[in-house]
Amino acid sequence: MADQTAQAGPVLAADGTPLKRSLARALRLSKLRALALIAPLLIFVLVTFIAPIADMLFRSVENQIVSETLPRTTAALADWDTSSGTAPDEPVFRALAEDFQIAVANKDHTKLGSRLNYEKTGISSLFRKTGRKAKKFDLAADTNWKAEFEDIDEDWLDPEMWQVIKTYSPALTSGYFLNSIDRQKTSEGSEWRPDNQQIYLKLFWRTLVMSIVITCTCILLGYPVAWLLANLPARSANLLMILVLLPFWTSLLVRTSAWKVMLQQQGVVNDTLVWYHSTFVGKMLDPVITFLLNIAIGLLNGLLWVWNLLSGAWGAVDVELFTYAVAGFERLALINNVTGTIIAMTHILLPFMILPLYSVMATISPVYLRAAKSMGATNWTAFWRVYFPQSIPGIGAGSILVFILAIGYYITPEIVGGTKGVFISNRIAYHISSSLNWGLAAALGAILLAAVLLLYWAYDRIVGIDNVKLGG
Amino acid sequence: MSQSSTRADFVVFDRVQKSYDGETLVVKDLNLSIGKGEFLTMLGPSGSGKTTCLMMLAGFETATHGDILLDGKPINNISPHKRGIGMVFQNYALFPHMTIAENLSFPLEVRKMGRSEREERVQRALDLVQMGEFGGRRPAQLSGGQQQRVALTRALVFEPDLVLMDEPLGALDKQLRETMQFEIKRIADDLGITVVYVTHDQTEALTMSDRVAVFEDGRIQQLAPPDELYEAPKNSFVAQFIGENNTLEGVVQEINGDVALVKLDDDSLIDAKPVNVSAAGERTTVSIRPERVEINPDLGADAHTLKADVLEFIYMGDVFRTRLRVAGNDNFIVKTRNRADQARLEPGTQVDIGWLPQDCRALDA
Repeated sequence: MADQTAQAGPVLAADGTPLKRSLARALRLSKLRALALIAPLLIFVLVTFIAPIADMLFRSVENQIVSETLPRTTAALADWDTSSGTAPDEPVFRALAEDFQIAVANKDHTKLGSRLNYEKTGISSLFRKTGRKAKKFDLAADTNWKAEFEDIDEDWLDPEMWQVIKTYSPALTSGYFLNSIDRQKTSEGSEWRPDNQQIYLKLFWRTLVMSIVITCTCILLGYPVAWLLANLPARSANLLMILVLLPFWTSLLVRTSAWKVMLQQQGVVNDTLVWYHSTFVGKMLDPVITFLLNIAIGLLNGLLWVWNLLSGAWGAVDVELFTYAVAGFERLALINNVTGTIIAMTHILLPFMILPLYSVMATISPVYLRAAKSMGATNWTAFWRVYFPQSIPGIGAGSILVFILAIGYYITPEIVGGTKGVFISNRIAYHISSSLNWGLAAALGAILLAAVLLLYWAYDRIVGIDNVKLGG
Repeated sequence: MSQSSTRADFVVFDRVQKSYDGETLVVKDLNLSIGKGEFLTMLGPSGSGKTTCLMMLAGFETATHGDILLDGKPINNISPHKRGIGMVFQNYALFPHMTIAENLSFPLEVRKMGRSEREERVQRALDLVQMGEFGGRRPAQLSGGQQQRVALTRALVFEPDLVLMDEPLGALDKQLRETMQFEIKRIADDLGITVVYVTHDQTEALTMSDRVAVFEDGRIQQLAPPDELYEAPKNSFVAQFIGENNTLEGVVQEINGDVALVKLDDDSLIDAKPVNVSAAGERTTVSIRPERVEINPDLGADAHTLKADVLEFIYMGDVFRTRLRVAGNDNFIVKTRNRADQARLEPGTQVDIGWLPQDCRALDA
């Protein structure tokens, strides 16, 4: 030790080069080899995953189409005062005529029309109508273009129309993001959309709440199973493990469709209930159970009322989870609503809770429970004070996994969710494949991604990601 | 419980049997009384049933047949947490998510003891094992020896009358193990608690115990104080298991009071003390401790001696260990003290060996 501290400068290897450099050289080859091994996957992931995501995220702010299709018009519009309340003057209309003729030749005007139609309905048809006439424009002639356009459609004199064009003329726009939180871009900034058009905040909130509910039900149902898996003798545990893994070998669509068969109005569960009510036991017990249920539902609805009060700030959440049961033993509405989504998704995501829980529980020695009992703890105290705290890393890992999977889930809510049980991802899918408003879809996706990252960060701060164990 | 403090049967196993699978008995007809304040060790190879006995006493296993009594009361149907028995586990079983102080406080908490009294007791207990400053640490931050001490303290902190220890020193290195042996013994004596200690390490058993129960095949082979166990093993299993031992096979020629004449398989004759042989013609295993063998003995004219070839001489510091071939047995060990006048035997030479008849025990074959 004394030798090393006395020695000034870097430590040298036997041949006089600094030890750090010769170490780096010695390790370089093995690093390169390791890189070469992962290179195929790395490139695959970059090309098929990272790049498309980056591209989609960029689409959420990209807006070059307006200034590219109508370059002269947007330049001429710079001087127009959006609050003037009148349409712009002749130079703007002349620029528009020039732009239109080129756009029509390139067939770009319909694309722009549908783009601007997201912001103000009617623009798409206006552009198509104008496009048909624009072919006959004689730019050399000394025409009054303003009158010409008014002749085509008087909407061209609507200042609101021009406000939209001017608002969306920059190459980058915050419009999609504003849209996705139920606001709209105006020439002065932004404002809330009319109440009857607000859907996204509500959907985000519902997605969040339902994901939390699904995570909680997964914990409640998965914990005992994981405990059994970890504590049963090997043979029974293996059988149970196969049962837990069985869903992985079945197609997601099949499982979800099976729930449809189970839960629908004329489905297995409801038919069984109807049969039960017709039996003697059912007839005797029904009044009692109805009474008890109504009390329970009364209490729950009280809680829900408080919940709605508290969540009022977010726009009323449609928590109608319990209303159906008040009517007693009618056929229950178990599908095409929140209940259906929660039941089916809990079932589908359960293995993702059980497996991390199991792998943590398998490392908890049963001796701890014995030790606690030998010290005078009852079974419950021993479990709650000694076993449960040690299994929390498993709950954390399972919860993160289930929650992140749930918050972005698409297929199951689509099939069993109806209109009330759909997630934000279903809306994203709608914009990707039906309305073709990719910019809005990208903005919604970006917000979802940010929310997940934020929650992950919060989890790391509160619980610590080191506490998450997938095993070992 | 003071009125029963002198009882010699604080813990009683009364004809206890245990089977896990309904086909074989792991514990066969166990009868054992443990006195108050006694340090009793259950010693035996793995699978001999000793840990099962401990677990039955702690309440984690139920006896298939028979009664276990604690302080005169049968405890078969009392659940473990109501038995009030302290226990130290093999790998300490310190709760990893609690600090040392929380670990120690746990048994007091579940007994609903007040906060201030709890803290005071925990601190006192930590000071007792010289670990006063470690209260805020986690078990993983302590060395094996420190964890051991905490585990011991945790089993004692709620002042049980009976403490069970299941190979508590198994994970420690040799030197620490020896220190801890004395420390456990000292604490047990100071507090006057009854200890039932399970180990497969015979040195540990001999050093610490008042009595040792040697287990094999689900039965107690011998129950005796350490010195008796070493010097007067009742059968060849105990003789083999406790300490180093030389055995020679032969047939009893005649029994004459305290001395049996045994004819070894190479026809040489030796004298032995008959222990569990009763008649001439029986096969027997005679057993002699290596340190009781004398080389070129002077035992009197009528004593029997044997010729032995020196095979190996090992210098071990305090003793010399010599391997001989005696009556066809190549593993006959003789230990001699390292004295200035002690001869070192050269391999290849031949010597006479002999012993006092009472040191050589004729046991079951």
